[in-house]
Amino acid sequence: MLLSIRSLNKMFPGTRALDGVDFDLQAGEVHALLGENGAGKSTLIKCLTGAYRRDGGTVLLEGTEIAPQSTVQAQDLGIGTVYQEVNLLPNLTVAQNLMFGREPRRFGLIDNRAMRAQARRMLQAYGLDLNVDRNLGSYSVAIQQIIAIARAAALSGKVLILDEPTASLDAQEVQLVFDVVRGLRERGLGIIFVSHFLDQVFDLTDRVTVLRNGRKIVTENTRDLNRVSLIGHMLGRELEDATSHDTINRGPRPPMLRFEGIGSRGVIAPFDLAVGQGEVVGLAGLLGSGRTETAELLFGLRNAATGSARDQSGKIDISNPRAGIRNGFGFAPEDRKTDGIVADLSIRENITLGLQARRGWARPIPRDQQNRLADDYIKRLDIRTTGREKRIGELSGGNQQKVVLARWLAMNPRFLILDEPTRGIDVGAHAEIVRLIHELTDQGMSLLVISSEIDELIAVSDRVIVLRDRRHVAELTGDLMNPDQIMKAIAATDAQTKELA
Amino acid sequence: MSTRALPLYITIGIFLLAYLLCWIQFPNMLSTRVIGNLLTDNAYLGIVAVGMTMVILSGGIDLSVGAVIAFSGVFIAVLLRDTGLHPLIVFTLLLMLTTAFGAAMGFLIDRLAMPAFIVTLAGMFLARGAAYMLSIESVPITHPFYQTLQGAYYLMPGKGRLTLIGVLMVLTFVAGMIVAHRTRFGTSVYALGGGETTARLMGVRQGRTTIMVYAFSGLMAGMAGIVFSIYTGSGYSLATVGTELTAIAAVVIGGTLLTGGAGYMFGTLIGVLTMGLIQTYIVFDGTLSSWWTKIVIGILLLAFILLQKGLLRLSQMRMAQQRGQA
Repeated sequence: MLLSIRSLNKMFPGTRALDGVDFDLQAGEVHALLGENGAGKSTLIKCLTGAYRRDGGTVLLEGTEIAPQSTVQAQDLGIGTVYQEVNLLPNLTVAQNLMFGREPRRFGLIDNRAMRAQARRMLQAYGLDLNVDRNLGSYSVAIQQIIAIARAAALSGKVLILDEPTASLDAQEVQLVFDVVRGLRERGLGIIFVSHFLDQVFDLTDRVTVLRNGRKIVTENTRDLNRVSLIGHMLGRELEDATSHDTINRGPRPPMLRFEGIGSRGVIAPFDLAVGQGEVVGLAGLLGSGRTETAELLFGLRNAATGSARDQSGKIDISNPRAGIRNGFGFAPEDRKTDGIVADLSIRENITLGLQARRGWARPIPRDQQNRLADDYIKRLDIRTTGREKRIGELSGGNQQKVVLARWLAMNPRFLILDEPTRGIDVGAHAEIVRLIHELTDQGMSLLVISSEIDELIAVSDRVIVLRDRRHVAELTGDLMNPDQIMKAIAATDAQTKELA
Repeated sequence: MSTRALPLYITIGIFLLAYLLCWIQFPNMLSTRVIGNLLTDNAYLGIVAVGMTMVILSGGIDLSVGAVIAFSGVFIAVLLRDTGLHPLIVFTLLLMLTTAFGAAMGFLIDRLAMPAFIVTLAGMFLARGAAYMLSIESVPITHPFYQTLQGAYYLMPGKGRLTLIGVLMVLTFVAGMIVAHRTRFGTSVYALGGGETTARLMGVRQGRTTIMVYAFSGLMAGMAGIVFSIYTGSGYSLATVGTELTAIAAVVIGGTLLTGGAGYMFGTLIGVLTMGLIQTYIVFDGTLSSWWTKIVIGILLLAFILLQKGLLRLSQMRMAQQRGQA
């Protein structure tokens, strides 16, 4: 066994990120590591690359226990990593990037000629013939990714970790990278492959390990798995025990918004979307399927290359968030900490932020009105705090989420987008947010809800749209809107999608 | 042609064009006298710009160098006046002091994760203040060794004088080029300027490199101080105010990206000479106010910053095109 991990533990304040995880990697295999956000994939990888130190368990590399303290040390031990964002320097030449830290020297100075020759030889081993004197940044991301792999393999040579290396590549480029990975497998490297794209997992890997909530769920040979069972493992729900749900069929809604042909190359394929008044549209799909991108396009956070939006009174502008807000849209993003809250401001300031921005900074909201707003929402949303002046950074995740919601509700939007509204919050708060969503729609607000948790999605949605590989592939309503169907739609290949539709 | 060296070519092109225009108007501009003076008059600026290039390549900035030059002059003058030390010993002491000063700033920048702007700004006040403490008045240097240094030159054909300090500047640039382009330290500096996180992941020792970069800049500022004291024959605590900004301008006009990671040491030499050329032209003309130097330098700076932005846009567009074709 090349790499053998036994009962690996890693704690973070408040959570157990890894809980007794076992993982084996053989020389000459590509081993997929799968799981949704927060499953523990990146924690596991960071424990291997020295970015984190493990709290318990053993890691054996070729039978010897290792505990790397830094990326460089892990590299020296033989564990190299290639990340989603190319971690090389675009401002250096290809040769400098490949040979960085071990440049051939003559008389103490770098021997540029020998460096170029060595770099060229390294790339020829991968069938690449490049001008190694050009800046790395002048090559496409795929080529850069291959160069990164070449560097990691040359530096480490035992274990290669590929952390979503294909996330920003198109299909042809992916094959280019895969050919390189297959070549390395034949040379006897053990390769850990992390990806959200199941097609690629089935295409490339020999074995699959699924993590969920910090535990290992299963390790199996890839060829013994099918898509549905794999997704079942990832989302934590066997297809068989699909329980029935009381979906409240509230009938058709008066139309409010129509998005037509909204899309952007390499982000998401053009799609149509109609949202009725008081309707909740759910977006289901795996991470990286284009859920968040859909939301960002609708809110104007990303620019749509094609398509248009209209409401009852005519065409509306969705080219930027300011326009989105003017249209009465709201967007509570997935990553609360960086995109949602301003951690150093108080609850009151966070709640009034959006309203104030809309009024213009020259006309401050009177303090007593701010206080009233804050107190009102603290009560209405049951935000647990010692007072409105508490720093929002000190609140728990669920309460932070409620403040973000309050900020949007204070602006009284007609269309609110919630990206993973219940991520990382405890079960009690979870139920409250679901209840709140129902309340809002009763008042006529329309919602777009993105969630990885299928049960939750079904509980709140009138309609669920399923995304896969950056496309909207299915729309489920009524009785069809059940976990079974949704997972089938997520797992389906293209041919099956047509049947479903 | 790659866009890598384009700013450098443009810098050289602008310099040659400017020289050509000057030559057409004043044929005397193309003489060894003018060239000799260009090197001599800008020697201290060139040397300090070598250090500044390294700092800017690493993604930092060093605002202290002007004050360090002034301090150096006063330090040398006072020590030569009040002690019997030989100038060479004083030079050694000074260089050790300014290098340590730079290293200390680098240490603070790295350890406290403070912006280089603030740390070196504090360093600027500190060095200037130390110069005032040594002497408020201009202190003449009368040591015979200094007269030897000032009198040392090679008479080029055409009666141009290639002075010791001019040669020293050229040698400093050669050394700077070797350090920047042919050592692992130099590659680490470019790497840091390209992206700190990535550089760390690639194995750059960030702390060590940062300290060395500012120590190098301190060393260069000390050297520039020595050269300036030879050039003026005195030490004055109010001298070289704003030289750090002139040096930054020379670096940027030389085609180095102000955000770090891209540029050439040779470009800075051309940048320094371009600025010297403008000044020379104004002297030749005789009717123009010397403030025109500042205006032309300002315009050049703006042009280069626009050029850098334009190039960035261009290479991004080309990347997008490549992706489209793939």
